[in-house]
Amino acid sequence: MKLTLRVWRQQNAEAPGAMATYEVDGISQDMSFLEMLDTLNEELILSGDEPVAFDHDCREGICGACSLVINGDAHGPERTTTCQLHMRSFEDGDTIDVEPWRASAFPVVKDLVVDRSSFDRIIQAGGYISAPTGTAPDAHATPVPKPDADSAFEHAECIGCGACVAACPNGSAMLFTSAKVNHLNVLPQGAPERETRVLDMVATMDDEGFGGCTLTGECATACPKGIPLPSITAMNKEWLRANRKVRR
Amino acid sequence: MPLASSVVSMALATRADRRPSMTRTLWDSSVGKKTIMAVSGLIMLGYLAVHMLGNLKIFFGSDEFNHYAHWLRTLGEPFLHYEWALWIVRVVLVAAVVLHAVSAYQLSRRDLRARPTAYVHKKARSSYATRTMRYGGIILALFIVWHILDLTTGTVHTGGFQSGHPYQNVLDTFSTWYGNVIYIVAVLALGLHVQHGFWSAAQTLGVGSATRDRVLKTLANVLAVVLTAGFVSVPVAVMTGVVS
Repeated sequence: MKLTLRVWRQQNAEAPGAMATYEVDGISQDMSFLEMLDTLNEELILSGDEPVAFDHDCREGICGACSLVINGDAHGPERTTTCQLHMRSFEDGDTIDVEPWRASAFPVVKDLVVDRSSFDRIIQAGGYISAPTGTAPDAHATPVPKPDADSAFEHAECIGCGACVAACPNGSAMLFTSAKVNHLNVLPQGAPERETRVLDMVATMDDEGFGGCTLTGECATACPKGIPLPSITAMNKEWLRANRKVRR
Repeated sequence: MPLASSVVSMALATRADRRPSMTRTLWDSSVGKKTIMAVSGLIMLGYLAVHMLGNLKIFFGSDEFNHYAHWLRTLGEPFLHYEWALWIVRVVLVAAVVLHAVSAYQLSRRDLRARPTAYVHKKARSSYATRTMRYGGIILALFIVWHILDLTTGTVHTGGFQSGHPYQNVLDTFSTWYGNVIYIVAVLALGLHVQHGFWSAAQTLGVGSATRDRVLKTLANVLAVVLTAGFVSVPVAVMTGVVS
């Protein structure tokens, strides 16, 4: 495959960026999108140019490090992570636009790399449980109803990649925060901080400069792990409940 | 519960020790402000349903329509003084409009700040109704001002405003081309606004769920279509001479 890439290049956080055009040849349909970028970078290095900086780690769709907006879609045309996107999703001769996540809470560090530590601070605000130390309790010591366990698992699938924020026209982190809140709030282990968790995580989300939710549904469409839009509804319900309960 | 939360606040210093009041939290949070928008929006929606049904009385002649308008002023008597019920409704509606608009403005500012750089590769995203919520809201706010100046105070009314004769006043307004255009454009904007707004309000108030989604979306569509059709029927009837 021969492709034309238009890639966002930005020297550092302060420098202005622009799209740069590159031609790549000899791309196999079996390559992942990141391997295709590796090929581009090898050529850039050989010709003495600076390689394109992009985030990646596990390359098997579970770590949430890769973060590219491809042709206007977070993680590209398939519902998966960028590392699990393969070049067979594109046609020979295509022009592909590659941009970083765009949100003021995710400032660009360099090229396609953004700083997602705002997500870490949302987690620090309440994405934990209070567990007794000592030997691990028996797995069946605390009964969890099957529907609750399923719901917790569904939300626990969130890998915190930030595609929801990138896809949202308001740069909102509601889907991410709702996945984390619902994951723990539905379980008995999360019950002691049920109210403070949702209030503090939503407050931190606001403080970090994420936008509000206008329910466009873009986040749930982009999510590689299929966190559903009603998760936001469930978090709104938890938030309203907590705001009533926390001062009693 | 109290023991657990005190242990947590000792160990991790959560925000629990300096938690602001419920109202403060509601106003400061993006989720809280959406709640205010949802509740004020539903109040306005309830009013609009009643307003639309009242408008339909124009199809039964000037006597019935004018009598209905007069009855609105005597509503609640003798418990309430003349026009008091109307004024209570007006105060509630003004409060709802102001809270809705101020929240929308502040949330929009936050949203625009949160996404300062647009993508180079643009995509047509989300439904038309969703994308036009802000513009639609502005159109509706301007329309409300014109509508009140036209048919309540008569300030910008064409054809000689007659207090106590709403039937004739409505005919005057819909006898002008611009009266019809302004009204119909606003009502179409209202339909779109309600279609996304009603469903959104349900999500914000936490009553939506995967199983209820179809019901809520259908209800939003039905409300939007019925309100639009009901309101538009009046200028159409005047234009076609059904009401004269």
